[in-house]
Amino acid sequence: MTPPRRSSAGQPYRRGWVRHAVLVALVIALLLTLAPFLVVALNAMKTPADYAAHGPIALPRSLDLAGIAAFWQRVDFTRKLLNSLVVSGSVAVLGVALSVMNAYALGIGKVRGRIWFLFVFLAANLLPQEAVVYPLYYLAKSLHLYDSLVAVIIIFTVIQSAFGTYLLASVYDHFPREILDAAAIDGAGPWRILVRIVVPLSWQTISVLFAFFFIWTWNEFFLPLVFLISNDHQTVPVALGVLQGQRFMDATTTSASALIGILPAVVFFVIFQRTLIRGVTTGAVK
Amino acid sequence: MASARSLGRSGYLIFLIPGLVLSAAIVIVPLVMTIGVSFTRWQGVGAPVWIGLDNYVRLAHDPAFWASFQHIALLIVAMAIVPTLIGLVIAAVLFDFIAVAFGSRTASVFRSGFYLPQILPVAISGVVWGWILHPGYGALNSLLEAAGLPGLAHNWLGDPRYALYSVMAIMVWVQVGYPIVMFMAGLSRVDPELYEAAEIDGATWRQRFTKISVYLLKPEIYVVLVTTTIAALKVFGQIFVLTRGGPGTATLVPSYFAYKSFFERAEVGYGSAMSTVLTFIILGLTLVFLRVQARGEQPR
Repeated sequence: MTPPRRSSAGQPYRRGWVRHAVLVALVIALLLTLAPFLVVALNAMKTPADYAAHGPIALPRSLDLAGIAAFWQRVDFTRKLLNSLVVSGSVAVLGVALSVMNAYALGIGKVRGRIWFLFVFLAANLLPQEAVVYPLYYLAKSLHLYDSLVAVIIIFTVIQSAFGTYLLASVYDHFPREILDAAAIDGAGPWRILVRIVVPLSWQTISVLFAFFFIWTWNEFFLPLVFLISNDHQTVPVALGVLQGQRFMDATTTSASALIGILPAVVFFVIFQRTLIRGVTTGAVK
Repeated sequence: MASARSLGRSGYLIFLIPGLVLSAAIVIVPLVMTIGVSFTRWQGVGAPVWIGLDNYVRLAHDPAFWASFQHIALLIVAMAIVPTLIGLVIAAVLFDFIAVAFGSRTASVFRSGFYLPQILPVAISGVVWGWILHPGYGALNSLLEAAGLPGLAHNWLGDPRYALYSVMAIMVWVQVGYPIVMFMAGLSRVDPELYEAAEIDGATWRQRFTKISVYLLKPEIYVVLVTTTIAALKVFGQIFVLTRGGPGTATLVPSYFAYKSFFERAEVGYGSAMSTVLTFIILGLTLVFLRVQARGEQPR
Protein backbone atom coordinates (compact mmCIF):
# COMPACT_ATOMS: atom_id res chain seq x y z
CA MET A 1 0.00 0.00 0.00
CA THR A 2 1.66 3.16 -1.16
CA PRO A 3 0.70 6.27 0.76
CA PRO A 4 -0.53 9.01 -1.51
CA ARG A 5 2.03 11.72 -1.86
CA ARG A 6 0.41 14.99 -1.35
CA SER A 7 2.77 17.79 -0.57
CA SER A 8 0.53 20.79 -0.93
CA ALA A 9 -3.09 21.36 0.01
CA GLY A 10 -5.00 19.01 2.32
CA GLN A 11 -6.00 22.13 4.21
CA PRO A 12 -8.75 20.59 6.32
CA TYR A 13 -6.28 18.01 7.66
CA ARG A 14 -4.03 20.71 8.98
CA ARG A 15 -6.58 21.66 11.56
CA GLY A 16 -5.70 19.57 14.57
CA TRP A 17 -9.16 19.00 15.92
CA VAL A 18 -10.56 17.66 12.66
CA ARG A 19 -7.64 15.24 12.43
CA HIS A 20 -8.24 13.98 15.91
CA ALA A 21 -12.02 13.91 15.71
CA VAL A 22 -11.82 11.63 12.67
CA LEU A 23 -9.21 9.46 14.36
CA VAL A 24 -11.31 9.16 17.51
CA ALA A 25 -14.40 8.24 15.48
CA LEU A 26 -12.47 5.52 13.69
CA VAL A 27 -11.00 4.18 16.92
CA ILE A 28 -14.51 3.94 18.37
CA ALA A 29 -15.70 2.10 15.27
CA LEU A 30 -12.76 -0.28 15.55
CA LEU A 31 -13.38 -0.89 19.24
CA LEU A 32 -17.03 -1.68 18.49
CA THR A 33 -15.88 -4.14 15.86
CA LEU A 34 -13.45 -5.80 18.23
CA ALA A 35 -15.66 -5.60 21.33
CA PRO A 36 -17.25 -9.04 20.81
CA PHE A 37 -13.80 -10.63 20.74
CA LEU A 38 -12.77 -8.83 23.91
CA VAL A 39 -15.97 -9.62 25.78
CA VAL A 40 -15.67 -13.28 24.86
CA ALA A 41 -12.04 -13.49 25.97
CA LEU A 42 -12.84 -11.68 29.20
CA ASN A 43 -15.64 -13.99 30.22
CA ALA A 44 -14.02 -17.21 29.13
CA MET A 45 -11.47 -16.64 31.90
CA LYS A 46 -13.95 -16.09 34.71
CA THR A 47 -15.08 -18.63 37.23
CA PRO A 48 -18.84 -19.26 37.13
CA ALA A 49 -19.08 -17.73 40.62
CA ASP A 50 -17.26 -14.58 39.53
CA TYR A 51 -19.60 -14.36 36.55
CA ALA A 52 -22.69 -14.87 38.68
CA ALA A 53 -21.55 -12.19 41.12
CA HIS A 54 -20.36 -9.49 38.76
CA GLY A 55 -21.98 -10.16 35.39
CA PRO A 56 -20.51 -10.25 31.91
CA ILE A 57 -19.03 -6.78 31.61
CA ALA A 58 -16.89 -6.66 34.75
CA LEU A 59 -13.21 -7.51 34.55
CA PRO A 60 -12.41 -11.01 35.81
CA ARG A 61 -11.35 -11.02 39.50
CA SER A 62 -8.79 -13.69 38.79
CA LEU A 63 -7.65 -15.41 35.66
CA ASP A 64 -9.19 -18.84 35.62
CA LEU A 65 -8.51 -21.14 32.71
CA ALA A 66 -10.21 -24.13 34.34
CA GLY A 67 -13.45 -23.47 32.49
CA ILE A 68 -11.72 -23.50 29.15
CA ALA A 69 -9.77 -26.63 30.04
CA ALA A 70 -12.90 -28.42 31.23
CA PHE A 71 -14.80 -27.53 28.08
CA TRP A 72 -11.86 -28.56 25.93
CA GLN A 73 -11.88 -31.99 27.60
CA ARG A 74 -15.62 -32.31 27.46
CA VAL A 75 -15.89 -31.80 23.70
CA ASP A 76 -12.56 -33.54 22.97
CA PHE A 77 -11.43 -30.40 21.23
CA THR A 78 -8.02 -31.79 20.26
CA ARG A 79 -9.83 -34.34 18.13
CA LYS A 80 -11.95 -31.62 16.46
CA LEU A 81 -8.88 -29.54 15.74
CA LEU A 82 -7.20 -32.55 14.14
CA ASN A 83 -10.27 -33.30 12.03
CA SER A 84 -10.44 -29.70 10.86
CA LEU A 85 -6.72 -29.66 10.09
CA VAL A 86 -6.90 -32.89 8.11
CA VAL A 87 -9.91 -31.76 6.10
CA SER A 88 -8.69 -28.21 5.44
CA GLY A 89 -5.10 -29.21 4.71
CA SER A 90 -6.08 -32.01 2.32
CA VAL A 91 -8.59 -29.81 0.53
CA ALA A 92 -6.07 -26.99 0.17
CA VAL A 93 -3.41 -29.28 -1.37
CA LEU A 94 -5.75 -31.32 -3.57
CA GLY A 95 -7.85 -28.31 -4.53
CA VAL A 96 -4.79 -26.37 -5.65
CA ALA A 97 -3.52 -29.36 -7.66
CA LEU A 98 -6.86 -29.78 -9.39
CA SER A 99 -7.18 -26.04 -10.06
CA VAL A 100 -3.72 -25.93 -11.63
CA MET A 101 -4.45 -28.86 -13.94
CA ASN A 102 -7.83 -27.47 -15.02
CA ALA A 103 -6.46 -23.98 -15.53
CA TYR A 104 -3.46 -25.32 -17.45
CA ALA A 105 -5.77 -26.98 -19.96
CA LEU A 106 -8.11 -24.01 -20.19
CA GLY A 107 -5.80 -21.01 -19.90
CA ILE A 108 -2.63 -22.23 -21.61
CA GLY A 109 -3.92 -25.19 -23.62
CA LYS A 110 -6.97 -23.20 -24.80
CA VAL A 111 -8.88 -26.45 -25.28
CA ARG A 112 -11.98 -26.20 -27.44
CA GLY A 113 -15.07 -24.97 -25.65
CA ARG A 114 -13.06 -23.33 -22.89
CA ILE A 115 -15.66 -20.60 -22.30
CA TRP A 116 -18.27 -23.27 -21.60
CA PHE A 117 -15.96 -25.19 -19.31
CA LEU A 118 -15.20 -21.99 -17.44
CA PHE A 119 -18.88 -21.28 -17.06
CA VAL A 120 -19.47 -24.77 -15.67
CA PHE A 121 -16.70 -24.27 -13.10
CA LEU A 122 -18.01 -20.84 -12.15
CA ALA A 123 -21.53 -22.24 -11.75
CA ALA A 124 -20.20 -25.13 -9.65
CA ASN A 125 -18.66 -22.61 -7.29
CA LEU A 126 -21.72 -20.37 -7.06
CA LEU A 127 -24.27 -23.11 -6.66
CA PRO A 128 -26.04 -23.17 -3.29
CA GLN A 129 -24.82 -26.30 -1.53
CA GLU A 130 -28.34 -27.45 -0.75
CA ALA A 131 -28.81 -27.99 -4.50
CA VAL A 132 -26.43 -30.95 -4.33
CA VAL A 133 -26.56 -31.96 -0.68
CA TYR A 134 -29.28 -34.58 -0.70
CA PRO A 135 -28.03 -36.62 -3.68
CA LEU A 136 -24.49 -36.44 -2.24
CA TYR A 137 -25.80 -37.56 1.14
CA TYR A 138 -27.68 -40.41 -0.51
CA LEU A 139 -24.70 -41.44 -2.67
CA ALA A 140 -22.27 -41.23 0.25
CA LYS A 141 -24.53 -43.49 2.29
CA SER A 142 -24.72 -46.09 -0.44
CA LEU A 143 -20.93 -45.96 -0.92
CA HIS A 144 -20.32 -46.24 2.84
CA LEU A 145 -18.62 -42.83 2.79
CA TYR A 146 -21.19 -41.20 5.03
CA ASP A 147 -19.81 -39.75 8.27
CA SER A 148 -16.28 -39.94 6.89
CA LEU A 149 -13.75 -37.18 6.40
CA VAL A 150 -12.93 -38.60 2.96
CA ALA A 151 -16.33 -37.67 1.53
CA VAL A 152 -16.05 -34.12 2.84
CA ILE A 153 -12.51 -33.78 1.49
CA ILE A 154 -13.53 -34.93 -2.00
CA ILE A 155 -16.58 -32.65 -2.11
CA PHE A 156 -14.72 -29.53 -1.00
CA THR A 157 -11.77 -30.26 -3.26
CA VAL A 158 -14.17 -30.02 -6.18
CA ILE A 159 -16.08 -26.99 -4.92
CA GLN A 160 -12.95 -24.99 -4.05
CA SER A 161 -11.11 -25.94 -7.24
CA ALA A 162 -14.04 -24.60 -9.24
CA PHE A 163 -13.13 -21.15 -7.97
CA GLY A 164 -9.41 -21.82 -8.31
CA THR A 165 -9.83 -22.89 -11.91
CA TYR A 166 -11.69 -19.73 -12.72
CA LEU A 167 -9.07 -17.51 -11.11
CA LEU A 168 -5.97 -19.35 -12.36
CA ALA A 169 -7.29 -19.70 -15.91
CA SER A 170 -7.53 -15.93 -16.15
CA VAL A 171 -3.93 -15.66 -14.93
CA TYR A 172 -2.74 -18.32 -17.39
CA ASP A 173 -4.55 -16.55 -20.23
CA HIS A 174 -1.83 -13.92 -20.08
CA PHE A 175 1.04 -16.32 -19.51
CA PRO A 176 4.04 -15.23 -21.64
CA ARG A 177 3.93 -17.36 -24.79
CA GLU A 178 7.63 -16.95 -25.56
CA ILE A 179 8.60 -18.90 -22.46
CA LEU A 180 6.27 -21.76 -23.34
CA ASP A 181 7.48 -21.82 -26.94
CA ALA A 182 11.12 -21.80 -25.91
CA ALA A 183 10.54 -24.75 -23.60
CA ALA A 184 8.63 -26.61 -26.31
CA ILE A 185 11.50 -26.08 -28.77
CA ASP A 186 13.87 -27.50 -26.18
CA GLY A 187 11.75 -30.61 -26.28
CA ALA A 188 9.84 -30.26 -23.00
CA GLY A 189 6.49 -32.03 -22.94
CA PRO A 190 3.30 -30.56 -21.43
CA TRP A 191 3.89 -32.18 -18.03
CA ARG A 192 7.42 -30.87 -17.80
CA ILE A 193 6.33 -27.40 -18.83
CA LEU A 194 3.59 -27.46 -16.21
CA VAL A 195 5.82 -28.59 -13.34
CA ARG A 196 9.03 -26.76 -14.26
CA ILE A 197 7.73 -23.51 -15.69
CA VAL A 198 4.05 -22.76 -15.19
CA VAL A 199 3.78 -23.73 -11.52
CA PRO A 200 6.94 -21.88 -10.35
CA LEU A 201 6.02 -18.77 -12.32
CA SER A 202 2.48 -18.63 -10.92
CA TRP A 203 3.51 -19.50 -7.38
CA GLN A 204 2.11 -16.22 -6.01
CA THR A 205 -1.42 -16.93 -7.17
CA ILE A 206 -1.09 -20.54 -6.11
CA SER A 207 -0.13 -19.55 -2.57
CA VAL A 208 -3.12 -17.22 -2.40
CA LEU A 209 -5.39 -20.07 -3.47
CA PHE A 210 -3.84 -22.38 -0.89
CA ALA A 211 -4.50 -19.89 1.92
CA PHE A 212 -8.05 -19.29 0.79
CA PHE A 213 -8.93 -22.94 0.31
CA PHE A 214 -7.59 -23.73 3.76
CA ILE A 215 -9.53 -20.99 5.51
CA TRP A 216 -12.72 -21.40 3.51
CA THR A 217 -12.75 -25.13 4.19
CA TRP A 218 -11.99 -24.58 7.86
CA ASN A 219 -14.98 -22.23 8.05
CA GLU A 220 -17.44 -24.43 6.16
CA PHE A 221 -20.52 -25.40 8.09
CA PHE A 222 -23.42 -26.68 6.02
CA LEU A 223 -21.98 -29.78 4.33
CA PRO A 224 -19.83 -30.86 7.31
CA LEU A 225 -22.95 -30.51 9.48
CA VAL A 226 -24.80 -32.92 7.22
CA PHE A 227 -21.94 -35.33 6.57
CA LEU A 228 -20.06 -35.53 9.85
CA ILE A 229 -22.53 -36.63 12.47
CA SER A 230 -20.47 -38.66 14.91
CA ASN A 231 -18.51 -36.92 17.64
CA ASP A 232 -15.24 -38.38 16.44
CA HIS A 233 -15.54 -36.90 12.98
CA GLN A 234 -16.89 -33.41 13.61
CA THR A 235 -14.92 -30.35 12.61
CA VAL A 236 -14.47 -27.35 14.93
CA PRO A 237 -17.34 -25.21 13.60
CA VAL A 238 -19.78 -28.13 13.51
CA ALA A 239 -18.90 -29.28 17.03
CA LEU A 240 -19.27 -25.79 18.52
CA GLY A 241 -22.23 -24.83 16.33
CA VAL A 242 -24.40 -27.76 17.37
CA LEU A 243 -23.54 -27.34 21.05
CA GLN A 244 -24.93 -23.80 21.05
CA GLY A 245 -28.13 -23.72 23.06
CA GLN A 246 -27.57 -27.08 24.78
CA ARG A 247 -28.60 -27.19 28.38
CA PHE A 248 -25.12 -27.40 29.91
CA MET A 249 -23.98 -24.36 27.90
CA ASP A 250 -24.06 -21.72 30.62
CA ALA A 251 -22.53 -18.27 30.28
CA THR A 252 -18.89 -19.04 30.99
CA THR A 253 -18.99 -22.32 29.06
CA THR A 254 -20.45 -20.57 26.04
CA SER A 255 -17.78 -17.93 26.07
CA ALA A 256 -15.12 -20.60 26.49
CA SER A 257 -16.61 -22.33 23.47
CA ALA A 258 -16.58 -19.10 21.47
CA LEU A 259 -13.00 -18.37 22.49
CA ILE A 260 -11.56 -21.72 21.47
CA GLY A 261 -13.46 -21.37 18.19
CA ILE A 262 -12.00 -17.92 17.59
CA LEU A 263 -8.39 -18.75 18.46
CA PRO A 264 -7.52 -21.00 15.50
CA ALA A 265 -9.10 -18.49 13.11
CA VAL A 266 -7.01 -15.69 14.58
CA VAL A 267 -3.87 -17.82 14.33
CA PHE A 268 -4.55 -18.45 10.63
CA PHE A 269 -5.29 -14.79 10.12
CA VAL A 270 -1.91 -13.88 11.55
CA ILE A 271 -0.16 -16.54 9.46
CA PHE A 272 -1.94 -15.80 6.20
CA GLN A 273 -2.73 -12.11 6.64
CA ARG A 274 -0.58 -10.78 3.83
CA THR A 275 -1.54 -13.49 1.41
CA LEU A 276 -5.20 -13.04 2.28
CA ILE A 277 -5.31 -9.32 1.77
CA ARG A 278 -3.40 -9.64 -1.47
CA GLY A 279 -5.73 -12.42 -2.50
CA VAL A 280 -8.98 -10.62 -1.72
CA THR A 281 -7.95 -8.04 -4.25
CA THR A 282 -6.41 -10.21 -7.00
CA GLY A 283 -9.36 -12.54 -6.93
CA ALA A 284 -11.72 -9.79 -7.78
CA VAL A 285 -10.10 -7.35 -10.13
CA LYS A 286 -7.90 -8.94 -12.72
CA MET B 1 -2.36 -19.77 -31.68
CA ALA B 2 0.28 -21.48 -33.78
CA SER B 3 2.42 -21.80 -30.70
CA ALA B 4 -0.34 -23.47 -28.73
CA ARG B 5 -0.82 -25.93 -31.54
CA SER B 6 2.85 -26.83 -31.66
CA LEU B 7 2.30 -28.51 -28.30
CA GLY B 8 -0.80 -30.17 -29.62
CA ARG B 9 -3.98 -28.53 -28.51
CA SER B 10 -5.76 -31.75 -27.71
CA GLY B 11 -2.76 -32.88 -25.69
CA TYR B 12 -3.97 -30.54 -22.98
CA LEU B 13 -7.38 -32.15 -22.73
CA ILE B 14 -5.97 -34.90 -20.55
CA PHE B 15 -5.26 -32.32 -17.82
CA LEU B 16 -8.92 -31.44 -17.73
CA ILE B 17 -10.20 -34.99 -17.34
CA PRO B 18 -9.86 -35.41 -13.54
CA GLY B 19 -11.51 -32.03 -12.99
CA LEU B 20 -14.36 -32.82 -15.34
CA VAL B 21 -14.99 -36.30 -13.95
CA LEU B 22 -15.01 -35.02 -10.36
CA SER B 23 -17.21 -32.01 -11.20
CA ALA B 24 -19.65 -34.32 -12.93
CA ALA B 25 -19.78 -36.64 -9.92
CA ILE B 26 -19.93 -34.00 -7.20
CA VAL B 27 -21.85 -31.17 -8.85
CA ILE B 28 -23.52 -31.89 -12.17
CA VAL B 29 -25.07 -35.31 -11.49
CA PRO B 30 -26.31 -34.35 -8.01
CA LEU B 31 -27.75 -31.09 -9.37
CA VAL B 32 -29.66 -32.95 -12.08
CA MET B 33 -30.86 -35.43 -9.45
CA THR B 34 -32.10 -32.62 -7.21
CA ILE B 35 -34.00 -31.06 -10.10
CA GLY B 36 -35.46 -34.46 -10.96
CA VAL B 37 -36.49 -35.19 -7.36
CA SER B 38 -38.18 -31.79 -7.17
CA PHE B 39 -40.94 -33.24 -9.38
CA THR B 40 -41.57 -36.12 -7.00
CA ARG B 41 -42.82 -36.93 -3.57
CA TRP B 42 -40.02 -38.75 -1.76
CA GLN B 43 -39.12 -39.35 1.86
CA GLY B 44 -35.56 -40.42 1.14
CA VAL B 45 -36.41 -44.11 1.24
CA GLY B 46 -38.30 -46.23 -1.26
CA ALA B 47 -39.12 -45.05 -4.73
CA PRO B 48 -39.92 -41.39 -5.48
CA VAL B 49 -43.47 -40.80 -6.74
CA TRP B 50 -43.83 -38.51 -9.75
CA ILE B 51 -46.16 -35.63 -8.94
CA GLY B 52 -45.27 -33.15 -11.68
CA LEU B 53 -45.29 -29.54 -10.57
CA ASP B 54 -47.14 -30.13 -7.29
CA ASN B 55 -44.13 -29.19 -5.14
CA TYR B 56 -43.79 -25.88 -6.94
CA VAL B 57 -47.51 -25.14 -6.63
CA ARG B 58 -47.24 -25.91 -2.92
CA LEU B 59 -44.24 -23.57 -2.61
CA ALA B 60 -46.17 -20.77 -4.26
CA HIS B 61 -48.89 -21.15 -1.62
CA ASP B 62 -46.52 -21.59 1.32
CA PRO B 63 -46.22 -18.41 3.41
CA ALA B 64 -42.91 -19.70 4.78
CA PHE B 65 -41.50 -19.73 1.23
CA TRP B 66 -42.38 -16.08 0.66
CA ALA B 67 -41.25 -15.14 4.14
CA SER B 68 -37.83 -16.69 3.53
CA PHE B 69 -37.35 -14.63 0.38
CA GLN B 70 -38.49 -11.46 2.12
CA HIS B 71 -35.88 -12.12 4.75
CA ILE B 72 -33.29 -12.60 2.04
CA ALA B 73 -34.18 -9.19 0.62
CA LEU B 74 -33.45 -7.65 4.02
CA LEU B 75 -30.28 -9.71 4.38
CA ILE B 76 -29.07 -8.36 1.03
CA VAL B 77 -29.47 -4.90 2.54
CA ALA B 78 -27.49 -5.99 5.60
CA MET B 79 -24.82 -8.03 3.82
CA ALA B 80 -24.34 -6.18 0.53
CA ILE B 81 -25.69 -2.63 0.54
CA VAL B 82 -24.96 -1.35 4.05
CA PRO B 83 -21.42 -2.81 4.22
CA THR B 84 -20.66 -1.34 0.79
CA LEU B 85 -21.74 2.13 1.91
CA ILE B 86 -19.91 1.94 5.24
CA GLY B 87 -16.92 0.38 3.50
CA LEU B 88 -16.72 3.20 0.98
CA VAL B 89 -16.60 5.84 3.69
CA ILE B 90 -14.15 3.99 5.93
CA ALA B 91 -11.86 3.00 3.05
CA ALA B 92 -11.80 6.56 1.73
CA VAL B 93 -11.06 7.98 5.18
CA LEU B 94 -8.35 5.39 5.84
CA PHE B 95 -6.70 5.82 2.47
CA ASP B 96 -7.10 9.49 1.95
CA PHE B 97 -6.79 10.80 5.46
CA ILE B 98 -5.42 8.37 8.05
CA ALA B 99 -2.67 7.11 5.72
CA VAL B 100 -1.69 10.70 4.95
CA ALA B 101 -1.93 12.12 8.44
CA PHE B 102 -0.81 9.14 10.54
CA GLY B 103 1.06 6.91 8.11
CA SER B 104 0.07 3.90 6.07
CA ARG B 105 0.95 1.49 8.89
CA THR B 106 -1.79 2.98 11.04
CA ALA B 107 -4.18 2.63 8.12
CA SER B 108 -3.35 -1.06 7.68
CA VAL B 109 -3.82 -1.72 11.40
CA PHE B 110 -7.33 -0.31 11.10
CA ARG B 111 -7.92 -2.33 7.95
CA SER B 112 -6.87 -5.59 9.62
CA GLY B 113 -9.04 -4.84 12.65
CA PHE B 114 -12.14 -4.25 10.57
CA TYR B 115 -11.37 -7.37 8.55
CA LEU B 116 -11.08 -9.68 11.56
CA PRO B 117 -14.78 -10.71 11.78
CA GLN B 118 -14.53 -11.89 8.16
CA ILE B 119 -12.15 -14.69 9.03
CA LEU B 120 -14.28 -16.19 11.80
CA PRO B 121 -16.09 -19.36 10.83
CA VAL B 122 -19.75 -18.39 10.40
CA ALA B 123 -20.79 -20.88 13.03
CA ILE B 124 -18.34 -19.38 15.53
CA SER B 125 -19.61 -15.85 14.91
CA GLY B 126 -23.01 -17.35 15.63
CA VAL B 127 -21.78 -18.74 18.95
CA VAL B 128 -20.21 -15.39 19.87
CA TRP B 129 -23.31 -13.35 19.12
CA GLY B 130 -25.73 -15.94 20.48
CA TRP B 131 -24.01 -15.49 23.80
CA ILE B 132 -23.77 -11.68 23.66
CA LEU B 133 -27.46 -11.37 22.78
CA HIS B 134 -28.67 -14.05 25.21
CA PRO B 135 -31.74 -12.71 27.08
CA GLY B 136 -30.68 -14.19 30.43
CA TYR B 137 -26.93 -13.85 30.73
CA GLY B 138 -25.92 -11.97 27.57
CA ALA B 139 -23.47 -9.11 27.68
CA LEU B 140 -25.58 -6.63 25.70
CA ASN B 141 -28.52 -6.64 28.09
CA SER B 142 -26.20 -6.43 31.11
CA LEU B 143 -24.49 -3.48 29.49
CA LEU B 144 -27.81 -1.73 28.89
CA GLU B 145 -28.85 -2.34 32.48
CA ALA B 146 -25.52 -1.09 33.78
CA ALA B 147 -25.95 2.02 31.67
CA GLY B 148 -29.32 2.65 33.33
CA LEU B 149 -31.31 1.73 30.26
CA PRO B 150 -33.01 -1.52 31.28
CA GLY B 151 -35.99 -0.55 29.12
CA LEU B 152 -33.87 -1.08 26.02
CA ALA B 153 -32.97 -4.65 26.96
CA HIS B 154 -34.79 -7.14 24.78
CA ASN B 155 -34.88 -10.79 23.95
CA TRP B 156 -32.92 -9.96 20.82
CA LEU B 157 -33.07 -13.29 19.07
CA GLY B 158 -36.12 -14.78 20.72
CA ASP B 159 -38.62 -12.03 20.03
CA PRO B 160 -40.01 -12.13 16.48
CA ARG B 161 -40.09 -8.33 16.40
CA TYR B 162 -36.32 -8.03 16.83
CA ALA B 163 -34.86 -11.34 15.71
CA LEU B 164 -34.34 -10.51 12.04
CA TYR B 165 -32.96 -7.05 12.80
CA SER B 166 -30.52 -8.56 15.27
CA VAL B 167 -29.34 -11.00 12.64
CA MET B 168 -29.01 -8.14 10.16
CA ALA B 169 -26.86 -6.14 12.56
CA ILE B 170 -24.62 -9.17 13.09
CA MET B 171 -24.26 -9.59 9.33
CA VAL B 172 -23.16 -5.98 8.91
CA TRP B 173 -20.50 -6.62 11.55
CA VAL B 174 -19.38 -9.76 9.74
CA GLN B 175 -19.30 -8.26 6.27
CA VAL B 176 -17.92 -4.75 6.57
CA GLY B 177 -14.24 -5.75 6.42
CA TYR B 178 -14.48 -7.18 2.92
CA PRO B 179 -15.47 -3.96 1.09
CA ILE B 180 -12.92 -1.99 3.14
CA VAL B 181 -10.07 -4.21 1.94
CA MET B 182 -11.34 -4.21 -1.63
CA PHE B 183 -11.88 -0.47 -1.81
CA MET B 184 -8.55 0.43 -0.22
CA ALA B 185 -6.80 -1.70 -2.81
CA GLY B 186 -8.85 -0.04 -5.52
CA LEU B 187 -8.00 3.43 -4.27
CA SER B 188 -4.28 2.72 -4.48
CA ARG B 189 -4.77 2.56 -8.27
CA VAL B 190 -5.99 6.14 -8.29
CA ASP B 191 -3.58 8.71 -9.61
CA PRO B 192 -2.84 11.13 -6.75
CA GLU B 193 -2.57 13.93 -9.29
CA LEU B 194 -6.27 13.64 -9.86
CA TYR B 195 -6.90 14.50 -6.22
CA GLU B 196 -4.42 17.33 -6.36
CA ALA B 197 -6.05 18.76 -9.44
CA ALA B 198 -9.43 18.54 -7.74
CA GLU B 199 -8.07 20.31 -4.68
CA ILE B 200 -6.57 23.09 -6.74
CA ASP B 201 -9.97 23.51 -8.35
CA GLY B 202 -11.35 23.94 -4.84
CA ALA B 203 -13.21 20.65 -4.49
CA THR B 204 -14.27 19.76 -0.96
CA TRP B 205 -13.52 16.37 0.58
CA ARG B 206 -17.09 15.32 -0.02
CA GLN B 207 -16.99 16.30 -3.68
CA ARG B 208 -13.73 14.47 -4.16
CA PHE B 209 -15.20 11.42 -2.46
CA THR B 210 -18.36 11.28 -4.54
CA LYS B 211 -16.98 12.55 -7.86
CA ILE B 212 -13.60 10.82 -7.93
CA SER B 213 -13.25 7.98 -5.43
CA VAL B 214 -16.69 6.45 -5.88
CA TYR B 215 -16.50 6.87 -9.63
CA LEU B 216 -13.10 5.21 -9.93
CA LEU B 217 -14.08 2.40 -7.58
CA LYS B 218 -16.97 1.33 -9.81
CA PRO B 219 -15.41 -2.04 -10.74
CA GLU B 220 -14.72 -2.89 -7.09
CA ILE B 221 -18.17 -1.74 -5.96
CA TYR B 222 -19.68 -3.94 -8.63
CA VAL B 223 -17.68 -7.00 -7.60
CA VAL B 224 -18.44 -6.47 -3.90
CA LEU B 225 -22.17 -6.08 -4.52
CA VAL B 226 -22.31 -9.17 -6.72
CA THR B 227 -20.37 -11.47 -4.40
CA THR B 228 -22.08 -10.32 -1.22
CA THR B 229 -25.55 -10.52 -2.78
CA ILE B 230 -24.89 -14.12 -3.77
CA ALA B 231 -23.54 -14.81 -0.28
CA ALA B 232 -26.75 -13.37 1.20
CA LEU B 233 -28.87 -15.68 -0.95
CA LYS B 234 -26.96 -18.67 0.44
CA VAL B 235 -26.76 -17.67 4.11
CA PHE B 236 -27.13 -20.66 6.44
CA GLY B 237 -24.57 -21.01 9.24
CA GLN B 238 -25.48 -17.98 11.32
CA ILE B 239 -29.19 -18.73 11.03
CA PHE B 240 -28.67 -22.33 12.10
CA VAL B 241 -26.64 -21.39 15.15
CA LEU B 242 -28.49 -18.23 16.20
CA THR B 243 -32.18 -18.84 15.61
CA ARG B 244 -32.85 -22.02 13.58
CA GLY B 245 -35.07 -19.82 11.44
CA GLY B 246 -37.26 -18.87 14.41
CA PRO B 247 -39.02 -17.76 16.41
CA GLY B 248 -41.75 -19.17 14.14
CA THR B 249 -40.56 -18.20 10.69
CA ALA B 250 -39.19 -14.81 11.78
CA THR B 251 -35.68 -15.48 10.47
CA LEU B 252 -36.31 -18.34 8.06
CA VAL B 253 -34.11 -18.32 4.94
CA PRO B 254 -34.24 -20.53 1.81
CA SER B 255 -31.23 -22.68 2.68
CA TYR B 256 -32.54 -23.44 6.16
CA PHE B 257 -35.97 -24.10 4.66
CA ALA B 258 -34.37 -26.70 2.38
CA TYR B 259 -32.29 -28.18 5.21
CA LYS B 260 -35.41 -28.63 7.35
CA SER B 261 -37.33 -30.23 4.51
CA PHE B 262 -34.48 -32.65 3.78
CA PHE B 263 -33.30 -33.69 7.19
CA GLU B 264 -36.00 -32.88 9.71
CA ARG B 265 -39.25 -33.42 7.83
CA ALA B 266 -38.09 -36.02 5.28
CA GLU B 267 -39.81 -34.05 2.52
CA VAL B 268 -37.00 -34.49 0.05
CA GLY B 269 -39.05 -33.57 -3.02
CA TYR B 270 -40.25 -30.35 -1.44
CA GLY B 271 -36.78 -29.39 -0.25
CA SER B 272 -35.43 -30.14 -3.73
CA ALA B 273 -38.01 -27.80 -5.26
CA MET B 274 -36.88 -25.02 -2.91
CA SER B 275 -33.22 -25.71 -3.74
CA THR B 276 -34.00 -25.71 -7.45
CA VAL B 277 -35.73 -22.33 -7.23
CA LEU B 278 -32.79 -20.86 -5.33
CA THR B 279 -30.27 -22.36 -7.76
CA PHE B 280 -32.00 -20.83 -10.76
CA ILE B 281 -32.24 -17.44 -9.05
CA ILE B 282 -28.50 -17.49 -8.33
CA LEU B 283 -27.50 -18.73 -11.78
CA GLY B 284 -29.85 -16.22 -13.42
CA LEU B 285 -28.36 -13.38 -11.39
CA THR B 286 -24.86 -14.56 -12.31
CA LEU B 287 -25.71 -14.49 -16.01
CA VAL B 288 -27.11 -10.97 -15.70
CA PHE B 289 -24.00 -9.84 -13.81
CA LEU B 290 -21.66 -11.38 -16.39
CA ARG B 291 -23.61 -9.70 -19.19
CA VAL B 292 -23.43 -6.31 -17.50
CA GLN B 293 -19.73 -6.78 -16.84
CA ALA B 294 -19.04 -7.79 -20.46
CA ARG B 295 -20.95 -4.75 -21.70
CA GLY B 296 -19.02 -2.49 -19.33
CA GLU B 297 -15.73 -3.80 -20.68
CA GLN B 298 -16.55 -3.49 -24.37
CA PRO B 299 -15.65 0.16 -25.01
CA ARG B 300 -12.09 -0.41 -23.89
